[in-house]
Amino acid sequence: MTSDVLISPSFILIVGALFLPMFWGWARSALILILPLVTLGCIWQVGDGVQMTVQFLDYQLELVEGSNLSRIFATIFAIMAFAGGLFALNQDRVIELVAAFAYAGSAIGVALAGDLITVFMYWELMAVGSTIVLWSAGTLASGKAAMRYALVHLFGGVVLMVGVVAYIQDTGSIDFTLMGANSFATWMILIGFLINTGAPPLSAWLPDAYPEASWSGTVFLSAFTTKTAVYVLLVGFAGEQILIWIGVYMIFYGIVYALLENDMRRILSYSIVNQVGFMVVGAGIGTEMAINGAASHAFTHIIYKALLLMSAGSVMYMTGGLRKCTDLGGLFRSMPLTTIAGIIGALAISSFPWTSGFVSKSMTSQASYDEGLMIVWFCLMAASAGVFLHAGIKFPWFVFFQKDSGQRPKDPPWNMKLAMVIFAFLCIWLGVQPGPLYEMLPYPTDYEPYTAAHTYEMLQLLLYSGLAFFVLLPLMKRKLTITLDFDWFYRKFAVDIASSLAETTSKIIGGFTWIKDNLVNATIDIATHHHNPRGILARTTPAGIMVFWVVVVLLVYLVMYLFI
Amino acid sequence: MTDKPQKEIKPGAITQPPQEGGEFFDAVGAPQHWLVKPKTIRWMWILGIAILAFTTWLGTTAHPHAQFGIEGSIGFYSWYGFIACVAMVLFAKFLGLFLSKKDTYYDQ
Repeated sequence: MTSDVLISPSFILIVGALFLPMFWGWARSALILILPLVTLGCIWQVGDGVQMTVQFLDYQLELVEGSNLSRIFATIFAIMAFAGGLFALNQDRVIELVAAFAYAGSAIGVALAGDLITVFMYWELMAVGSTIVLWSAGTLASGKAAMRYALVHLFGGVVLMVGVVAYIQDTGSIDFTLMGANSFATWMILIGFLINTGAPPLSAWLPDAYPEASWSGTVFLSAFTTKTAVYVLLVGFAGEQILIWIGVYMIFYGIVYALLENDMRRILSYSIVNQVGFMVVGAGIGTEMAINGAASHAFTHIIYKALLLMSAGSVMYMTGGLRKCTDLGGLFRSMPLTTIAGIIGALAISSFPWTSGFVSKSMTSQASYDEGLMIVWFCLMAASAGVFLHAGIKFPWFVFFQKDSGQRPKDPPWNMKLAMVIFAFLCIWLGVQPGPLYEMLPYPTDYEPYTAAHTYEMLQLLLYSGLAFFVLLPLMKRKLTITLDFDWFYRKFAVDIASSLAETTSKIIGGFTWIKDNLVNATIDIATHHHNPRGILARTTPAGIMVFWVVVVLLVYLVMYLFI
Repeated sequence: MTDKPQKEIKPGAITQPPQEGGEFFDAVGAPQHWLVKPKTIRWMWILGIAILAFTTWLGTTAHPHAQFGIEGSIGFYSWYGFIACVAMVLFAKFLGLFLSKKDTYYDQ
């Protein structure tokens, strides 16, 4: 093992997480807050190039390799672990925090991995960590959702493993670098990565699973899996054309499904797919501007999405678990800070000028414009308006305004409020001062988001989208419904097929049993008939009859001897 | 702007079903918040429409290079944003006709 850094940043969170259950009270709280900060410090110590290697079988694994791209992702993952930890200090189930920190540490591990084996190892660790976060909510629904979530991710892991093995077989190299989808191996790797972004057809795993986690668990879940997937796409498949169209599909899928949804956290989950779609489009365009756009968008998205889910989590925490729009409304009266945090997050996700979304998402649409991708650009513009519609207004409107539900919960405890204030501040600060974010980007940029034309364009798109929302409000009225998705195939169709198969099989087996029984009975009957004490083959005959027959035979013989 | 509250809401929150408090009282009988008074809402609509008109006008003052033809039309971002949203809502409602199920669908 060789190392230029003291310790791999991911180890701090993963190993540190295991110590959490050994502490109580303020000591545990302190550890929860310190671990991510120490990790963040270590990430900033990672220089460019391979920093830590270890020998594994015949391969030299590059556990830590630094670049601008990997550092920006690792940085936001550590910041997220800190704010998520702060928000979750009141969480009684320590197992959730242990899993969440191991999950965050693994995400950092992927971001800093230099080879495919290390990527795969951390990838699987993330799947385990996130499944436990989900499962630790402790409800029946979360247990079932965790099983489905694990199945999808284990499947994705297997596909990725097949790809990695085939790739090593083909090239003899384990180096994780730009590969492009040009062989069976790289296609498998691409599919493995895409499953974690929430790409079609398996997008449903995300809105199925995330809303079932606890009030604090969803905040963690929203950040890592999809964004590590964006990171590996940027490294391995930047410029892969098909990603543009997969991304566009994800963008509109997220909007349309969120418009039909009633559960506030499922609305936000659909909008994760929508936002990750923008990043996947960026990866597909693959120019420096597009990669900068996708990376900065991932950075800002983690912050505002976590903020939105924190405000939703606060509502759940303070109302005893209410999460349906039909049960909520009018909460602005008693939860002013949560309302403001939710609105700031909603404005940022809609890329309203002077919020973080504006300075990051604009780069992706600008990249499509610069490349002359007209249809993509029109789609992205429509989608920008659609984000405001399905998340920017819909979430705050139905949760904090609309009707008066009669609920009067107070704002949550101080740590949850502080976490929201920090992230709300970052949403605005990065929007007003994008300089520090731009300096962290993979490629140097002189992009200026605040041109008069661009600012007015975005304001028009968003405000008229707002008009459309209120004009169409009767159509937006929420009902107690869910919307069927691809998961119907494995939650309903496959189950029905399996149960009808079981029924048919039992009928066939029943038929066999009937035949078997009758065959055996018939055999027994025949045997009994011939072999019973009076049966022709088993009955005993008196000696006289025997003598008689012998005499008859002898007589016949005598007659034949004399006359023939 | 306020919809009728549903009859069945979370039990235990309040002792009686929320009443439409009218102009003066909210669902728990407290004086109505100024933000939801009809007068405020009317003013918000007027102000909102004024802001919409203002931003459309602002858009015509900046003249970026229009690369994609239609993009240069007057108030493009205003009408495009509005129409795109209406189309997405209608498409979602259409899809909902086939795909919406009761939220207990998978529990059965």
